[in-house]
Formats: sequence, structure tokens, C-alpha cells
Amino acid sequence: MIQVENLVKKFGELSAVKDVSFNVAKGEIFAFLGPNGAGKTTTIKMLTTLLKPTSGKITLDGLDPSHEKHAVRQRFGIVFQDPSLDSEQTAYENMELHAVLYKVPRKVRSERIDQLLKLFELWDRRNDYVKTFSGGMKRRLEIARAFLHTPKILFLDEPTLGLDPQTRNQLWTHVKRLNESEQVTVFLTTHYMDEAERVAHRIAIIDHGGIVAQGTSQELKQKTKSDSLEGAFLALTGDTIRDETATSNDQLRQVAKMWSTRR
Amino acid sequence: MSAIYILWLRELKRYIRSKAQIVASLGQPVLYLLALGFGFGPVFQKAGNGSYLQFMAPGVISMTILFSSVFSGIAMLWDRQFGFLKETLVAPVPRIEIMIGRTLGGATVAVIQGTLILAVCLIAGFRPAHWSLVPLGFLFMMLIAIVFAALGTALGSILQDMQGFQLVMNFMVLPIFFLSGALYPLSNLPRAMMVITRIDPLTYGVDALRNILSGIPTFALTTDLALLCGIAAIFLLLGGYLFSRIQL
Repeated sequence: MIQVENLVKKFGELSAVKDVSFNVAKGEIFAFLGPNGAGKTTTIKMLTTLLKPTSGKITLDGLDPSHEKHAVRQRFGIVFQDPSLDSEQTAYENMELHAVLYKVPRKVRSERIDQLLKLFELWDRRNDYVKTFSGGMKRRLEIARAFLHTPKILFLDEPTLGLDPQTRNQLWTHVKRLNESEQVTVFLTTHYMDEAERVAHRIAIIDHGGIVAQGTSQELKQKTKSDSLEGAFLALTGDTIRDETATSNDQLRQVAKMWSTRR
Repeated sequence: MSAIYILWLRELKRYIRSKAQIVASLGQPVLYLLALGFGFGPVFQKAGNGSYLQFMAPGVISMTILFSSVFSGIAMLWDRQFGFLKETLVAPVPRIEIMIGRTLGGATVAVIQGTLILAVCLIAGFRPAHWSLVPLGFLFMMLIAIVFAALGTALGSILQDMQGFQLVMNFMVLPIFFLSGALYPLSNLPRAMMVITRIDPLTYGVDALRNILSGIPTFALTTDLALLCGIAAIFLLLGGYLFSRIQL
């Protein structure tokens, strides 16, 4: 379902992704595991038409995201690392807007929205503005929304960042269930080992822009002779701490937060 | 088409839901109208040009539309920050439709704002030359709004942060307003000034509105119409192109 060959992305001198290759089969749950700044999000952006690769080949369901953008966009759903909801609209309106953008036929639209809102336990709050939602509720809404147009591939970029264990647990249960019932291929990134181990069929460990190992969690443990995935991860990536620099986006977001509380 | 509609609707909902913003954005035009309208009124009258309020009301309506539509376009910066932009960018919708939807949404909001100011003008004592021509005035209000909402949205797709916003405000929006003839007649200007005012797209919007509402023309109405339509089309296409180039 996803084929990536020798993918490279350079920002000026800096190589964010260096020569990455992997395959994800239909219906598989594949996890990208890596420290901060390893190139996980950059890879997802290239897979989802938001960034042009410097070189390398990507095929999603037989299509090339840098040329057949439109067709590719119809085939995937995505939950971004940072929120992407319209906080000035209600949960239901956010779902409806998505359904219209993705041309979900009017007949199935409301039925599917109702079903997903109920599944993700947001039905009672469907007419509340998203700005009144907690972090966990927003995440659930985003995942529900990503499933709305029955995508073939679901991208989840650190979907559980900042959530409590209960919410994380519930979220993965839903993702797993939908993976089984709708045969959705799931590509996820995370830095929680336990999640990757529990949910993913196969795991690739990425560091400094390159894949250092891939396989099932069992294989990774054997390879590094560790008794846990965390041990394997640290054995493969070392234990230096990575610092990310703040982008102009992060800075502006802070200004925006100041503004919105003042209002 | 449905994508255009839903993006248009979103802009409209956001506007209606922010009551404080509606009131706040009317403050400046009302100040211009009252302070300048009544302040310069006597001088204008002595120079033999008739009622200044009658002259400047279309200008202040145009100003309201200009500010409102450019800002609604640049509000895309917030969508970029809060992430909603990504939701539209990964959607299987042609970029030109996103551009048109957002532009029409911003333009509709701007026309509503302009209409509110028209009402304020009427209360202040402004009277249209011919009431029957007022609907035609709305057509031109919409055209002005589309031109500048498209420009604002196009700029919003390039700008990365709020510093850029200040730049646009001081080097684009304010000059467009002050050099459009919104506040003064375009006749007998120094040569350089005359050239500049004729490059300014708002000039033709103000002129059309003043022609229709106050009966004081500088150019032919058809010239205004053709130029505004042409500029709107150019800005929309430009915006669609810039949208397709956004990388996050």
C-alpha cells in the first residue's frame, strides 16, 4: 500500500530525511519510532503531499504523491502532530466540513458522522465549540474526522502526545478496531514504546533522518538482545538528548495563545 | 462547487459568531466619517465642492470594505498557526476552489461591514443621489471586496508570521486607502500623484461607488467595472497558484 524508495529531503544544507526505504502492506499497522527531530514528521509530510521530496520515490496505492496529488489526497486520512481543527466551529460542523471537502455523498454523510461521533464518545458534545474541548477530546475528534471519508490509509503523527493513559488506551482500541473492520492501513509515529509494541504489526526505528532497523517488535528485541522494545530502541539510537529549535510557527502560536486568553 | 460553499460558509459563521469583532471593526470608519466628515465639511463647502459628507461617504464605505476584506484574507495566518490550514491543504480539492471559497467568504463579510457603514452614513445625514441605483452600488461593493479579499488571501498564503502582517498594513493597505481618492477629489492633483492614484485598484471602486451613490463621477462606470473584474480575476488566479505552492 505504501512503498518508499531512497527518500531524501534536504532543507538547505540540512538533511532531514536521508535515504529512507520501507514498505507497508495493505491492512498493516506500521510504526515509525524515533527521537525528536529524527525525520518522522518530515516523512509523513512528504507522504501526504504537503512537502516535495528532494529525491526518491514514493508510491501510495500505486500513485505518486508529488504528481497525482488529487488522487492521493482522496485515499488517505491524517491526524497531524499539532491540532488542525477549526476551534470556532462545533464538533459536528468540523465533521461536516470535512465530509463536504472529501465529497462524502450526502446520503451517507450524516449517518457516518453520527456513527463516528458516537464511537469516539463525542456525540453528547457534538454541538459544542471545539475551543471548549480538552486535548483528549480534540484528538478523538481528529481521529474520527480522519476516518470519515473511509480512507485506505490512515496517517497518525504522534496522535497520543500529551494525552492521559486512559485516553491513549481508548484511542488505540478504536484505531485497532477500525483497522480490522475497515481494512485501513495505518502508518503511525510515536515515541511511546508501549504503544508501538501493542498496536503495530511492524516497527521501523528512525534516527538522524535514516532508518536504523525495521521488523516486528520481537525481531527488534532479538536483534539487539534486549528484553524490551525500549531497550532495543536505546541500543539502536543511543541515549543523547535531541533538542529541536523552535520554528516561527511555534513562536507565533505562543503569541496567539496570549491573545486568545486576553480576549 | 460544494467545497467553495462550505469554505464560504465557514468565513461567514466565524464573522457572525464574533460579535466583539463586528463592533470593533466599525470603530475606525465611524471615526473617519464623523471626525473628517464634519471636520473638513466647512472647508470643503467653502472651496465650492458641496457637502463633504456626501462626497466622502462612498470613500469611507470603500475603506471599510478594503480593510475588512484584506484582513479576512490575512486571517489565514491564524489558520496556519492553529493548524486548520493543513486540513484544507490535504483535502482533495483543487487549490483554486479553496482560494475562491475563502475569498468569497471574506468578501461577503466585507460587504456586510460596508452595508453597516452605509447605514451609519445614512444616520449621519448622507443621502444617495438616486435610491434606485443603490442595488448597483452593492454590485460594486462586492467587486471591491472580491478584489481585496483575493489579494489578502494571496498574501496570507505567502506570509509566515505577524511581522509580515505589519508590513502589509503599512506598505500596502494604508497607501491603497490614502491614494485612492476616498478622502479627496482626483482632479487637479500634482502629476506624480495623479499617476499613482490611477494605479491604485481602489480608485476605481471608490469612483464607481461615488458615481452611483453621490452622483460625482471621474471615470466611466464601464471602465470601473472592467478594471475591477480584470483585477479580481488576476488576484484569484495568482492566489490559486500561490496556494498550490504552499509547503508546510
